[in-house]
Amino acid sequence: MTAASSDRAIITDSLGVGLATGAYGISFGALATAAGLSVWQACAMSLLMFTGASQFAFVGVIASGGSPFAGAVTSVLLGGRNLFYGLSLARLLDLRGWRRPLAAHVVIDESTAMAVTRATPHQARVAFYWTGGGIFVLWNLFTFIGALAGTAIGDPRDFGLDAAVGGAFLALLWPRLDSALTRLVALLGAAVALGLVPLSPAGVPIIVGGGIALLAGLLLQSRFGGRDD
Amino acid sequence: MTELWIGLLLTAAGCYALKLAGLSLPARVLDHPMTVRAAALIPVALLGALVAVQVVGDGSVLTLDARLAALGVAALLLWWRMPFLVVVGAAAASAALLRLLA
Repeated sequence: MTAASSDRAIITDSLGVGLATGAYGISFGALATAAGLSVWQACAMSLLMFTGASQFAFVGVIASGGSPFAGAVTSVLLGGRNLFYGLSLARLLDLRGWRRPLAAHVVIDESTAMAVTRATPHQARVAFYWTGGGIFVLWNLFTFIGALAGTAIGDPRDFGLDAAVGGAFLALLWPRLDSALTRLVALLGAAVALGLVPLSPAGVPIIVGGGIALLAGLLLQSRFGGRDD
Repeated sequence: MTELWIGLLLTAAGCYALKLAGLSLPARVLDHPMTVRAAALIPVALLGALVAVQVVGDGSVLTLDARLAALGVAALLLWWRMPFLVVVGAAAASAALLRLLA
């Protein structure tokens, strides 16, 4: 395969991922406005945060009656994984000057996954920019459409939009449940959070439940997980 | 509403700072095995809590309703490896249908 045709294949794959991912911006837009955000707030989130799981988390906390600050804490904690994506991407992308702050904005699950699996740094860069850029354009476009649709319908519950948020979180969680430890941590997070719902203000059960499950997971892993190292 | 904007902008700033820090920090700062393990488990722990509160939380009480049935439908479709939009759409549709019938 020549360099040009290999680039074309990577660009096609990247735009395919961009389309599939961008399209679910429509569900984000609809759920955001159903949770009480304005169309502009939904669009500002996709434009400025641009990291799907964190956006859904923020909206989920607001929808369940939590404060924007509880939403912010949950959302930024979830965004923590992008820090580690940047770490593996930095070696491949070789960013200097003004390119780095621009590239940083499109460091997300999909652009990282498409880049780190490439054979050469050139291919990694092609995949990163086309996937990140493609998703950015489409995610924002579809958020706007979804947000308009979300405000056009009456009671969001009649359309099951409240139930769709739970489905979206489960879909984001599902690929990570690949070991006994992650399944246990997820269940523990769920159980502790539910136990705290009657006892603490909305939003807090998610942060504390997630925090306790994380600590338990780390303890279990260092106690039993050492044999795999 | 202003409070929502402040929370939103704080979140955007925080999420961007994390992305930029990842590209800028020297690798050894984040290379500690405990940090790497925590990074892998944080999304799992938080998403587990988010699913639960979203599906059975109702203000400060727990309620079993159409949302739980919808989550079952979503789990089944994920088991069958259906794409994200199909899963989310089916969860909404099944809850809407159940409420219509109830």
